[in-house]
Amino acid sequence: MRGLAGIAACGTSLASRPARSHPPAPYVPRFFTPIEWAFLTAACDRLIPADENGPGACALDVPRFIDMQMDTPYAFGAQWYMQAPFVQGPDNLGYQLPHAPRDLYRRGIAGMNAHAATRHGRPFADLAPALQDDLLRGAENNRLVFGDIPSSVFFDQLLANVMEGAFSDPVHGGNTGLGGWTMLGFPGARADFMDWVDRYGAHYPLGSVSISGETA
Amino acid sequence: MSDDARRLKPVDVVIVGGGWAGSIMAKEMTEAGRSVVMLERGPDRSTASEGAYPASIDELEANFRYKLFQDLSKNTVTIRNNSQQTALPYRRMAAFLPGEGVGGAGLHWSGVHFRIPPDDLRMRSRVIEKYGARFIPEGMNLQDYGVTYEELEPFFDRAEKVFGTSGEPYMINGKVVGKGNVFSPSRSDHFPLPALKDVYTAHLFRKAAEEAGFHPYSLPAANASRQYVNPYGAQMGPCNFCGYCSGYACYMYSKASPNVNILPVLRQHPLFDLRAGCHVLKVELDADGRRATGVTYTDPDGKVVTQPAELVILTAFQFHNVRLMLLSGIGRPYDPVRNEGVVGRNFVYQNVTTSNVWLDRGIETNQYIGAGGGGVAFDDFNSENFDHGPLGFVGGSPVWVNQAGVRAIAAAHSGGPPGTPRWGSAWKAGMIDTYRHSLRIDAHGSNMAYRDVYLDLDPTWKDAYGQPLLRMTFDWKDNDIRMNRYVVDKIGDVAKAMGARRVNLTKREFGRPFDTRQYQTTHLGGGAVMGSDPGTSALNRYLQSWDVHNVFVIGANAFPQGTGYNPTGMVAALAYWAAHHIRTTYLAHPGPLAG
Repeated sequence: MRGLAGIAACGTSLASRPARSHPPAPYVPRFFTPIEWAFLTAACDRLIPADENGPGACALDVPRFIDMQMDTPYAFGAQWYMQAPFVQGPDNLGYQLPHAPRDLYRRGIAGMNAHAATRHGRPFADLAPALQDDLLRGAENNRLVFGDIPSSVFFDQLLANVMEGAFSDPVHGGNTGLGGWTMLGFPGARADFMDWVDRYGAHYPLGSVSISGETA
Repeated sequence: MSDDARRLKPVDVVIVGGGWAGSIMAKEMTEAGRSVVMLERGPDRSTASEGAYPASIDELEANFRYKLFQDLSKNTVTIRNNSQQTALPYRRMAAFLPGEGVGGAGLHWSGVHFRIPPDDLRMRSRVIEKYGARFIPEGMNLQDYGVTYEELEPFFDRAEKVFGTSGEPYMINGKVVGKGNVFSPSRSDHFPLPALKDVYTAHLFRKAAEEAGFHPYSLPAANASRQYVNPYGAQMGPCNFCGYCSGYACYMYSKASPNVNILPVLRQHPLFDLRAGCHVLKVELDADGRRATGVTYTDPDGKVVTQPAELVILTAFQFHNVRLMLLSGIGRPYDPVRNEGVVGRNFVYQNVTTSNVWLDRGIETNQYIGAGGGGVAFDDFNSENFDHGPLGFVGGSPVWVNQAGVRAIAAAHSGGPPGTPRWGSAWKAGMIDTYRHSLRIDAHGSNMAYRDVYLDLDPTWKDAYGQPLLRMTFDWKDNDIRMNRYVVDKIGDVAKAMGARRVNLTKREFGRPFDTRQYQTTHLGGGAVMGSDPGTSALNRYLQSWDVHNVFVIGANAFPQGTGYNPTGMVAALAYWAAHHIRTTYLAHPGPLAG
């Protein structure tokens, strides 16, 4: 189920990947269940679709990045102040739920799939892209409710991690082939412009480089 | 807790907080022959480890997992917009990013290094002289610092030489010598290093600002434009505009930090004892509360110990200094209802909005190139450099391009022009266009102090040690919103002169409350301010507690109102100023330095 759903969701981006002589073994998620993984890969590819401007989130291995992040202290809420009581207040006073990112994903994905099933009789991953976009927009605009989690809270968590996965150093599992940086025009770890700072109007000629020395 | 605490061997001076202010005070006190213990609650840090290239320039870890910042899980603040609300915990980093660890925020700051405008030091007097006392809005606690620019000048000069600051002067000893900021006061000497080169966007901004009739100048930057050795013998390398300043330890040793510019020397001193991982719980006072006897802290093993000392210097971040005073009973807590008390009074922020300018698609703005303190500014609408009479507000704002380096995740979050979706193909196209062809212009404005904006202790939430969190009561006020809106319109004039394809002027909106979810700035101030009246200031003009004479409190907490400039240059100068008076007067004759 996992493999099928994942491939279905990521089909377009897999096709646009450069050919490799030895295709790598598919990534096996450690945190997300097969059903959750199917949601995640499908949603990521809608948030950053492959198009004429560059690769999509699946080609950049954004789902892998998010799964790997779920094993870090951040995902357990270790960097957030998580002392009770949890009192809800106006939005501008910030996040006040007792849920760490791992909980937000568990509950949020279940909620998204429940809405997909109620409206369309199928899980999110099996819907047509236009229907997936409608559900994502519903979550973004806080029109869905997942128990005590406003859907926009889940959506913002997902979107933030998707952006991180596409544009962080590949050491964290995303931005495969430096595709995110190349699309944006960000040179990554070059980090030396002594000779370029005052070449006004000149095009910077060097491609991106990662912390590990990978170039694009 | 203090009664059970293990008592350590007494020392002359205990310093709470290992950032710029703490490192300066420790250096000065050891030079005076005093034994110093510096307590830092975070880990020990050095450029050699936290700044090692290339692992250190990891945007995810530095800017999104807050590797070098305060551990909010242990201690945070609560925030509300007014005293009718329940303040709620600041659970995730967003609006402001306090530092932690040896070097403090001085390890991962950007490097903009200003001298405060002379008029800002006597803002109340100046406004009354120019516009009359009725010009000051009801409820605004406008105050003077109780110290003048002329008195502070030698200490601004000292700080610049220690920091290796790059800049272009305007006037030295009353003579015009360069193309620096025409509104800046006379200096006693040049900057130790010439100004940094302009990045492309700053270059374009400089030309356009001149065309629009303003007076652009190079931002003074504690990012070394050349190799430099400071008066302590500490060495800096030349900045290569790598674009990884804010949030990072500088791998080039180019950005001034306590870790590069002071601590390598201080760590060798036999009278200096740095203890990391030590969280101070309170300052201990004698039976009548008039004299500090030391501090009590938890050590890295979680044991509670008391460090006796003759002199206690608080040099933690602005709001931690205020909290420690409240927890320790130093000075009278502010009561906004009765308008009495001083600790927590005049809590201020900074009024920053960032506007965007899109240029032709043939122009690549290279936003990844940058130096944290570098750029071009104009001060035509800062401080008292313009006539406020017809405008009806107090305060002002420098305007600048301070391209510190825009990195990829940040660019993705910023996305495209207003109205662009946050995801999908339209977001992608807008983000790429914005990253490649736009620039950012900041209005970096002052924030005045108000009677109903203050700090106190929260009644509900506690830190990991069981002590109450600090509570912030803060909102934007019409005076400050009007100031921002007036100055941001000038950015429109500059953008027009630049030949902008598109402009997004970001202004503060009336009635929209302070939003803790969006990064604004970490330039918080006030709460334990300096002054000449114990009824309206917690500290005298030497940053000495009015009530407990052997406690000095150094930091932006001393600012009676927020300025348009970045605070670090002023904090460093105040540290040297206070240290000078401790060394020349207090150590020989301990007691109140101001009557």
